[in-house]
Amino acid sequence: MNLGVNSMSVTTSSASWKSGDAVSDQFPAGLRVLVVDDDPTCLRILEKMLRNCRYEVTTCGRAEVALKLLRDNKDGFDVVISDVHMPDMDGFKLLERVGLEMDLPVIMMSADDSKSVVMKGVTHGACDYLIKPVRMEALKNIWQHVVRKKKNEWKEKDAEQSGSVEEGDRQQKPTDDVDYSSSANEGNWRNSRKRKEEEDDGDDKDDSSTLKKPRVVWSVELHQQFVTAVNQLGIDKAVPKKILELMNVPGLTRENVASHLQKYRLYLRRLSGQPQNGLGNSFLGPQDSGFGSISSLNGLDLQAYASSGQIPAQSLASIQAAALGRVTNKSGISVPIVDQHNIFSFDNPNMRFLDGQQHHSNGKQVNLLHGIPTNMDSKQLAALHQSGQPFGNTLMNVHSQSGQSNSLLTQMVQPQSRTQMLNEVGGNPVLNFPSSVGQPGLSQPIPGSVFSRFGMDNNVRPLTYKSLSQPTSVVEFSRSQGMELSGNSIPLTSNSGIPSYTSKGTTLQEEVNSEIKGSRGFLPNFDAFNELSQNRTDTWDLQNVGSTFETPQHSNVQSRLDVPPSVLVQPAFASDHRNGHLRTTSVNKAAFSTATSLGNGTNFGQQLTPSHADSSLRIKTERLPDMGFQNSLFPDQLGQDDLMSTLLKQQQDGLAPVENEFGFDEYQLDNLPV
Amino acid sequence: MERQAAYLRNALFDQGYLDEQFLQLEDLQDETNPHFVEEVVKLFYTDSVRLIQSIELTLKNTPRDFEKLDKIMHQFKGSSTSIGAKKVKKECTQFQEYCNVGNVEGCIREFQEVKQEHAALKRKLEHYFQLAREAR
Repeated sequence: MNLGVNSMSVTTSSASWKSGDAVSDQFPAGLRVLVVDDDPTCLRILEKMLRNCRYEVTTCGRAEVALKLLRDNKDGFDVVISDVHMPDMDGFKLLERVGLEMDLPVIMMSADDSKSVVMKGVTHGACDYLIKPVRMEALKNIWQHVVRKKKNEWKEKDAEQSGSVEEGDRQQKPTDDVDYSSSANEGNWRNSRKRKEEEDDGDDKDDSSTLKKPRVVWSVELHQQFVTAVNQLGIDKAVPKKILELMNVPGLTRENVASHLQKYRLYLRRLSGQPQNGLGNSFLGPQDSGFGSISSLNGLDLQAYASSGQIPAQSLASIQAAALGRVTNKSGISVPIVDQHNIFSFDNPNMRFLDGQQHHSNGKQVNLLHGIPTNMDSKQLAALHQSGQPFGNTLMNVHSQSGQSNSLLTQMVQPQSRTQMLNEVGGNPVLNFPSSVGQPGLSQPIPGSVFSRFGMDNNVRPLTYKSLSQPTSVVEFSRSQGMELSGNSIPLTSNSGIPSYTSKGTTLQEEVNSEIKGSRGFLPNFDAFNELSQNRTDTWDLQNVGSTFETPQHSNVQSRLDVPPSVLVQPAFASDHRNGHLRTTSVNKAAFSTATSLGNGTNFGQQLTPSHADSSLRIKTERLPDMGFQNSLFPDQLGQDDLMSTLLKQQQDGLAPVENEFGFDEYQLDNLPV
Repeated sequence: MERQAAYLRNALFDQGYLDEQFLQLEDLQDETNPHFVEEVVKLFYTDSVRLIQSIELTLKNTPRDFEKLDKIMHQFKGSSTSIGAKKVKKECTQFQEYCNVGNVEGCIREFQEVKQEHAALKRKLEHYFQLAREAR
C-alpha cells in the first residue's frame, strides 16, 4: 500500500506541480530528480536513497546524456544532483549549462571537501554542495532548493509583469511578493507556483504575456540578441533595462534579462579568470583552462558553424558576442570564447545539442589539444614559430575536423579587413590568435600539431602557419577548437575536407595558411570568426577583445590568400549579425565562398564535410552541415591553385608523419617547403 | 547461521573493515530491495576492477603521471567510501599522499596495500553474504 500510495502521490504530485493546481500534500514526494554520477556504485546508492525519500529518480552515468535528457524533457525535472569529478565533462560545466539553459537548481556532490572546490560550486551557481558519502538526511531536504528557486522566479515574474516602471513598480512589487509569500506560507510553494501559473497564463498587462512559462527559453537567437545588445552597450554599462530595449523582444521582461545577465556575467568572469592562466602559457600550457575555453569556444564555433547552416548569423553573432563579451573582460581569448560558447550553445536546441557536443568536442578537442599542446608546447611551438607552416598544416588538419576550421580559414582569409586583432596578433596571417590567444608563439605550433593529429594537415598547416607568425593564435586554434576550425577551413582549401587535408599537400599549406589565418579567426572559436566578420562591420568590439582570434587571422589571411577580405568576410553578412554567433557562421560562409572562389572548388568542401563527419572528434553532425558549407566556400577562396598545390605538397611531405600524431607533426611541418 | 552472520558482521565493524556508511546501506535495504547491500557491494567490486587496472597501467608508464594517478584513485576512493570500506579508504588516502609528493616507490608499495585490503574485504563480505543468505 505504501508503494501504491507513494506512486500515486508521486504522479499526482508531479502533475500538480506542473499544472500548478492544488499541490498535492504529498510534496515533496514526487520531486523529479536527475542524478548524474559516473560511479555506478554511488549512483545506485543515491537512487535508492532518493527513492526512499519518495522522489522520482532518474539516473545518469554521463553528463552529456544528462544534458540531453534535460533538453529533451524541458520541465521534466525539478532538481539536478551532479558529481563534481566526471570523466566526460566537468561537473561545474554541467552545472553552468543547466543553470543557463534550464535554470534548474543544481546540487553538487563530491568526496572532495576542500574549500576551493566548494567555493567553486558556489561561484558556479550550485545551490548546494554535498560531501560524499552522502547521507540520507542530506537528501531528504533537497526539495527546499526547488521551492526556493520557484519562489524567486515567481517573484521575478510578478515583479516584471506588474511593474512597467522598473524602479517604481519594483519597489512595490517586492512588497507585494513578500506579502503574497508570507500570506501563503502554509502553502507557500503551492501558492507561488499557482500565482506564477496564473500570471504566466493570463497576464497580459506585460509584454511578458507571450511568456507562458516562468522560465524564458534563451534560444540561440535570443541569446545572440542579448549578447549583441550587451556588446553594444559595453559589458560594464550593460544594464538590463537598456539591454531589454536594445533587444526589443516582445514578451521579454527586464527580469528575464536581468537574471540572464547575471549568469552571463558569471560566465564571463569565469572565462576571464581562466584565460589568463591558460593563455599565459600559450594555450597549450593552460590547456585545461585554455583548452576548455578554446574548446568550448570552438565547440561553440563549431556549433555556430554547424548551425550556421541553420543559424549562421546567430551562431556567429553569438560567438561573436561571446567573443566580444570575452574580449572586454579579458584577453583570455580562448577562455572567454569558450564560455561564450556555452552560453550560446544553449540558445538553440541545436546549439544546445552542440553544446553538449561541444563539450564532447571540447573535451575531445581539448584532449586532442592537450595532447597536442603538450607536444607542441615545447617543441612544436618552437617549431611552429619557425616552421610556421608545418603547424599550420597540422592545425589545418585538426580544424578540418571541426569543420569550423574551415570557417576559420575563411575567416582568416577575410580577417584581413577586419580585425585589428589580427594586426595585433602580429599580423601573422595564420593564427593571429597570438594576441588574443595569449601566446602568439603557440598559435603556430599548435595549429601544426593539431593538424597533424587530424591528419588534415595537408592543407591546413603549411599555409597558415607560415604566414602566421603568431603562433599562439594558431596554436590556440588548433588546440581548442580552432584546430578544428582551422582544420575545417583548411580542408576547404585543400579539398581534403576534414582530416584529409593531407591530400592537399603543399598547396594546402598555403591554403591552409590562408585558411588558418582565416580559420584562426575561427579557431578562437567563433570569436575569431566573429571578429572576422565583425571587423568588417566594425560592429564587433572584437578588436579590443582579447579574443583576437579573429584579428590574427585577418591579417594572416590577407597575406596569404589573395582572397579579398570582402569576399571572405562578406561584410554584409557580418554586419547583420553583430552578435557573433550568427556572424561567425555568416562569416564562415563568406569565408567559404571566398575560399571557393579561390578555386579549390567543391572538392574541398566536400571533403570537409565527410571528414567532419568522421572527425566526430568534435564536430557534431549538426556542425557538419555547416562545415560542409564552409568547406565548399573555402575551396573557392583558396582557389589559388598554386597555393593549394603547394599546400598539398607540403602537407604530403609533412603530413605523413604528422597525421599520426600531434606531437611529431610539428616537427614534420618544418619539412614542408612552405 | 543467523548468529554466525551477525557475528561476522559485527567483527567487520570492530576490526575496522567497515564504517557507518555500511549501516546506511543496510538502512536502505527493505522489502522492496531485500538484497540491496549485496547488490551494491557486487556493483562496487565489478566496477572497481577497471579502476584498479587503470592505476596499474598508469603506474607502469614513465614518467609517472601523478596527477592522473591521483585522479583515478580519487574515483576509486569515492567508490570505496560509498560502501563503507574503511580500511580500503585509508590506504587510498595514503596512496594519494604519495602521489602528491611524487613518491614513486611509495605509490607502488601503497597500491599493493590498497589491492590487498580491497581483496580482503571482498572475501569477508562474500562470506558474510553467504551466511546471511543461508540464514534467511
